[in-house]
Amino acid sequence: MNASSNPFSPAAYELKKQRGMKIAHWTTGAIAVALLLPVAWLLWMITVRAWPALSWDYITTDVRSMGAEGGIWGPLIGTFYLTLMCLIIVAPIGVLAGIYINEYAPDNALTRSIMVAVTSLAGVPSIVHALFGLGAFVATMHMKTGMLTAAMTLSVMTLPVIITSTKEALSAVPKNFREACWNLGASKWQTIRTIVLPNSFGGILTGVILVIARAAGETAPIMFLGAVLWVPIAKSGAERLAPYGINDQFMALSNHLNLICKDIPGMSDQMMFGSAFILLVLILSINGAASVVRSRLRRRKRW
Amino acid sequence: MPSSHPSSNTPPAARKGWRAAVAGIADSIEKPVEVLIRVCGWSSIFLVAAIFLFVLLGAMPVLPKIEWFGEHAFFTSTEWHAKDDHNPSYGVLGMIVGNFAVAAVAMLIAIPLGLAAAVYISEFAGSTTKEWLKIGIEVLAAIPSIVWGFIAVTIIGPMLQKYTGAQWGTNLLNGGIVLGLMSIPLIVSLAEDSLRAVPDSYREAAMALGANKWEVVRRVLFPAAKTGLVASCMLGVGRAIGETMAVLLATGNKNQIPDSLLDPVTTLTAAIASEMGDAVTGSDHMASLFTIGLLLLIITCAINLTANVFIRGHKKKGAA
Repeated sequence: MNASSNPFSPAAYELKKQRGMKIAHWTTGAIAVALLLPVAWLLWMITVRAWPALSWDYITTDVRSMGAEGGIWGPLIGTFYLTLMCLIIVAPIGVLAGIYINEYAPDNALTRSIMVAVTSLAGVPSIVHALFGLGAFVATMHMKTGMLTAAMTLSVMTLPVIITSTKEALSAVPKNFREACWNLGASKWQTIRTIVLPNSFGGILTGVILVIARAAGETAPIMFLGAVLWVPIAKSGAERLAPYGINDQFMALSNHLNLICKDIPGMSDQMMFGSAFILLVLILSINGAASVVRSRLRRRKRW
Repeated sequence: MPSSHPSSNTPPAARKGWRAAVAGIADSIEKPVEVLIRVCGWSSIFLVAAIFLFVLLGAMPVLPKIEWFGEHAFFTSTEWHAKDDHNPSYGVLGMIVGNFAVAAVAMLIAIPLGLAAAVYISEFAGSTTKEWLKIGIEVLAAIPSIVWGFIAVTIIGPMLQKYTGAQWGTNLLNGGIVLGLMSIPLIVSLAEDSLRAVPDSYREAAMALGANKWEVVRRVLFPAAKTGLVASCMLGVGRAIGETMAVLLATGNKNQIPDSLLDPVTTLTAAIASEMGDAVTGSDHMASLFTIGLLLLIITCAINLTANVFIRGHKKKGAA
C-alpha cells in the first residue's frame, strides 16, 4: 500500500536494517556512558566521606596514634621522595632504551626479543616485582630495605612504561627530518640530539609524568621493601621537608592507606577516606598534567 | 656554509659561545653515549631474565620439599600451611581456583562492556563525545589499585551485604566487580586500537555495498579485527590475574574453593601479599611464597606472550 503510494519509501528490509543500527548505536553508547557513572559515583562518595577530615592541617600534621589521629604529612613527603628517586633512576635508562629501540636497533631477532622483553616486563605482576626486589637487592646484594631498594624496585616496574612512550614519541618524528639532518653531514647522535629529541620532547615528558603517577600509586612492590606504618619525623626545620635518609624506612601514602584500612581495626571513617581522597587527587592531577601536556603538544605540532 | 653547521669535523674556532662549547662536548662523547644507549636498550632483556632468576633462586630451597605428586600434591591440594615449621603442606589449588574465578567474574563484566564501549568510541561517537569518554576512561585507568581495594572494602562490600545478604562483604563477587572495573580501560583502549587498525577501505567497500554502520561493525570490523580483539581480552585476563592490592582487600582472603559468588576466596597474588609480612627471611615459608610467585610469573607471562603473538600475527596480516 505504502510502497505503491511512494516508490522511494524504504522497504521493510531497509527499515529493519536501520532499526538494528539505531539499537546498536544507542546500546553501545549507553554502555560507554554507563561505564563512567559508577566512577563518578565512587569519586563523589569518597569526596563526601573524606570531607570532614580535609583541611590544610590534615596535610601538614604528622601521623599520630597509628594513623587514627593527626594528618598525613609523613606519608605524603615519603611518596614525594620515593617517586623522585624512582624517576631519577628510571627516566634516563628508559629514555635511552627508547632511543636505542627506535633509532639504533636493526630489524633482527635480537630487537624483536627486546620488544618481547619490554611487553613481558610490563605484564609481570606487581607482587612479583616485590619478590624480585627482596631476592635481588635485599637477599643477594645485602641492601637494607628502605627508600633506595623500594625506588629501585619501582624503577624496574615502571621501565616498560617509559620505554614504550619514548619509542612512540620518537617514532612520531617524521623520517624526512632525520634524512634532512643526515644530508647536512650530521652524525646519528647529532641528529638525535638536535632534531629528534627536541621534536619528541612533549611525548617523552608525557611518559615521564605517567611514570610518576604509576610509582606514586603503587603499593605491592614497596610494602615489604621499607614502607612502614610509622617512623618518627622531625617536628620542625629543614629535616621536616626531608625526613628520610636514602636507606631509611619510610612512610608512603599508598601503603599508609593500605595499612590503616586493612591492619588496624576501628579506624575512623574520615581518616581512611581522607588518605584515599588525597592519594586519588594526587594521582588524578598528575595524570591530568600528562593529558594537558599531550593536548598542547598536539595543537603545537609543526608537521 | 660548511663552517656554520655543527658537525664534528668543523674546526672549533668556527663555533662561538657556550652553546657551541656544549655542542662540542656533546659531539665528542658520541661513542660512549652510543655504548650507553645500547646497554640501556638491552636492559629489559637483562631485567626479565633477572626477575625469573631471582624468583627461582628464592623458591629453590623449598622446591625439593614440595610434594609434586600424590595426595597432597602442589597443584591438587587446597591445604596451604606453609607457616607450619614441623608439618608444612603446600597446596595451591584453592588459590589457583580463586584466582581464575575472580578473573572470570571480572572478564564477564569487563569484556562485553569494554568491547561495546570500544565499538561506540571508535565507530559511532562524535568527536566531542569521544574526547569526554576518553577522559573518563583515563580517569578509570588512573585510579591506583590500593584505592580500588579501599573502595571494595568500604563502599562495595557493605552494599553487597545489604542487597545480597552475603555474610561477608569482601568476597568473590566483590573482587570480580572491582577487577572488572579496573580491567575495562585496558580492554577499551586495546580493542579501540585494533578496530582503528582496520583500513578505512574495508569500511568504504562495505558501505558502498549498502551496509550501514552496525553491519559494517558486525560483518566487517569484527572479523577483520578478531585477533586484536581476542588479544586485548587476553591482556585484560593477564592484568586481572596479576592484580594484587585490590584483590587482597576485596576478596576476603580465605583459602577455599568457592561454592557461590558470595564466598570469600584468595588468590596467588593475595596469598603472597598477606603472608609475606610474617615470613622469616631464609625460611621455607619465604621460599614457598617465592614458589607461588614463580607460578604466577609463568602464568602471566604465558598469557601475555600468547596475546602478543596474536597481535603480531594481526599486524602482519594488516600490512600484507
